[in-house]
Amino acid sequence: MACAPGPDPRGAGGGHERPSWDNRLQYLLSCIGFAVGLGNIWRFPYLCQTYGGGAFLIPYLVALVLEGIPLFHIELAIGQHLRTGSVGVWKAVSPYLGGVGLGCLTVSFLVSMYYNTVLTWVLWYFLNSFQNPLPWGSCPLDLNRTGFEAECQASSPVSYFWYRRTLNITADISDSGSIQWRLLACLAASWAVVYLCVIRGIESMGKAIYFTALFPYLVLTIFLIRGLSLPGAVKGLTYLFTPDVRILQSPRVWLDAATQIFFSLSLAFGGHIAFASYNPHRNNCEKDAVIISLVNSLTSLYASIAMFSVLGFKAANDHGRCLDRNILRLINAFELPDQSVNRDDYAAVLSHLNATQPERVARLCLETCRLEDFLDKSASGTGLAFIIFTEAILHMPGAPGWAVLFFGMLFTLGLSSMFGNMESIITPLLDMGVTHRFIPKEVLTGLACLVCFLSAICFTLQSGNYWLEIFDNYAAPLNLMVFAFFEVVGVAYVYGVQRFSDDVESMTGRRPGLYWQVTWKVVSPLLLLTIFVAYVVTLARTPLSYKAWDTQYVRFPTRQEKSYPGWVQAACVLLCFLPVLWVPAVALAQLLAAHRRKKDTGRDRCPKL
Amino acid sequence: MSLKENFKPYGENAFKVRLSIRTALGDNAYAWDTNEEYLFKAMVAFSMRKVPNRETTEISHVLVCNVTQRVSFWFVVTDPLKNHTLPAVEVQTAIRMNRNRINGAFFLNDQTLEFLKIPSTLAPPTDPSVPIWIIIFGVIFCIVIVAVMLLILSGIRQRRRMSKGPTEVDDSEDKCENTITIENGIPCDPLDTKGGHINDAFMTEDERLTPL
Repeated sequence: MACAPGPDPRGAGGGHERPSWDNRLQYLLSCIGFAVGLGNIWRFPYLCQTYGGGAFLIPYLVALVLEGIPLFHIELAIGQHLRTGSVGVWKAVSPYLGGVGLGCLTVSFLVSMYYNTVLTWVLWYFLNSFQNPLPWGSCPLDLNRTGFEAECQASSPVSYFWYRRTLNITADISDSGSIQWRLLACLAASWAVVYLCVIRGIESMGKAIYFTALFPYLVLTIFLIRGLSLPGAVKGLTYLFTPDVRILQSPRVWLDAATQIFFSLSLAFGGHIAFASYNPHRNNCEKDAVIISLVNSLTSLYASIAMFSVLGFKAANDHGRCLDRNILRLINAFELPDQSVNRDDYAAVLSHLNATQPERVARLCLETCRLEDFLDKSASGTGLAFIIFTEAILHMPGAPGWAVLFFGMLFTLGLSSMFGNMESIITPLLDMGVTHRFIPKEVLTGLACLVCFLSAICFTLQSGNYWLEIFDNYAAPLNLMVFAFFEVVGVAYVYGVQRFSDDVESMTGRRPGLYWQVTWKVVSPLLLLTIFVAYVVTLARTPLSYKAWDTQYVRFPTRQEKSYPGWVQAACVLLCFLPVLWVPAVALAQLLAAHRRKKDTGRDRCPKL
Repeated sequence: MSLKENFKPYGENAFKVRLSIRTALGDNAYAWDTNEEYLFKAMVAFSMRKVPNRETTEISHVLVCNVTQRVSFWFVVTDPLKNHTLPAVEVQTAIRMNRNRINGAFFLNDQTLEFLKIPSTLAPPTDPSVPIWIIIFGVIFCIVIVAVMLLILSGIRQRRRMSKGPTEVDDSEDKCENTITIENGIPCDPLDTKGGHINDAFMTEDERLTPL
């Protein structure tokens, strides 16, 4: 067994025994809950749709096997073996790599801030779902009650509810506006819920995870069953899943698949290391890694089937209503009897009228209604959940119930990911001995939640959504890739694959085979380097801009593309690079300390000569 | 009558009306015939009578023409004494004030009985005095705060019990939950502790086949 330098394997706690999971199921569910998050619901279906439907699964699986599972195994094994959080683990692998742990802590903090803000929005929608009719179904009336609000009329009730009644968004990022007290209240509530679940670390989290990790699967199944029975669902599914194999020739697909796997598994946050550190030493982390990664990918697939069936229904519905609008225009213009033309006859009637009176038809400005156009409308992220899906729910019978289920599912999905984020902050702090014996764990978790809550108040400003996009695009991705690269290189080359394999053998009883050795040493570092470089290149080429919701814009409701002001661009760059700076900073500090120690020992030796 | 001959359907004081009876009533739809027209004229006359200075409007003063299959037609209200059509503004106000009665007479609503150029006053949304979301928010928040308090209090109590605990163990080992039997000063672990114990000194090949 390799003798690892570094902290006492029991974990720094001043003699307190390290807490442990009640059973293996809690641990597995926690890791699954951390990995399965909002991205599985609203990022993977979008990628599937954009990159040739079913064909996207091929690069996705390849990336999973070559990059996702090996990295995941490293995190679980090293956390389980060294039994400490991310900061202690990387300090143990090599003192020069200590910055990686601190960087992971910083990134986890930044992500916690904005991730819980998304949960705040979900909570707001959830609270508003308990009424019939749903508030985003109709526009509010204007001042003299003869029509609807202009902004709502020009866009749509769902967009209006999202941009105006929820965010109350300003037209420009430099215009911060005021704090929205509704969002502030929901932010406080969601941080209170997070605190309630992580208050005693894994003791309390382990109980909560049974519900938060399993409830989404229940709701997804309900949505799947309901969705498949809706009209238009099957057509939507076949259209969206039909593979277009030609798309595999584009390198961008492979790049996006690798990036998606990387973020989907929540690697390099330090959360999985923290969870694994509470395991007993003898636990088959190899099997765990494979199981959790597969469950994560299968969940993405399952979620996209459920989502696509509902979106297919929505497309069919929109197509039908487009036809109805055209039919009404025709009937009104040509004074045909009411309800005389139904959707099936529409094409025949239109061609007949076009043949007899083309000028009158041309003056009507009929819309082109093609089902494929509606099916092609895709979105990812908050747009999918808060605009497109909410609109689909409006047309399902029993809409408030479905809205409650949907937003409840989103909330629990995000909550279980938040547990991982908070543990990746709290566990290293506890292990570093930040608190004395007299400050109980509850106070530390409370302080962590409070600091995150106070920092996240900036996202409740009217320009908060723009800032959240900045954080989402710049704070996490690059930093995580750098840390993951250092992780795999640190373990494979600095710690040594042989030494690591010995550790894994002592834990699982089986030495890692050729697949693991090859991926750890060669394939994963190369893949990570490639996607990092490609990501930087793509980022450098896209101008720093954002899409603003500006009612004064000429082409409203299309969002206006504006470029970031100078100080915001500086903030973006800072977010990109500040967490990574821990790595060279700590390495430098260690170098200086070692140099000084050598000088001191040299000075001591001199008089003896 | 000369006025009827001079009545131009698209005059500035004429209004077009469009009915969608089949959309509103489906299979119970009635056919639009001259009797329904008569009822319509009666309703318009009734609305005009509610306007001050127009109490003497008769059904015969309302003229309807250009009835199509859609069903749509134009109507205008005349004043035979002065031999002109009543100004559009007056008719508009009258119709708007009695819209509900007119709709009700035909079992239709604002969308299926359209008066083009007369906007209907939309019903205000029924807002409860306290928005629903605040109520549910209050419930959830109170539950969470109470749960947090309970957990913190139980944590404090547990810690107080633990700090008093070690002094009691020496007195009565039997009273402790996990009795540790001591033989020759060496504690023997009971066999049926949670999860079993792994004797590190003894490792066999079978060990890795032990299930979860």
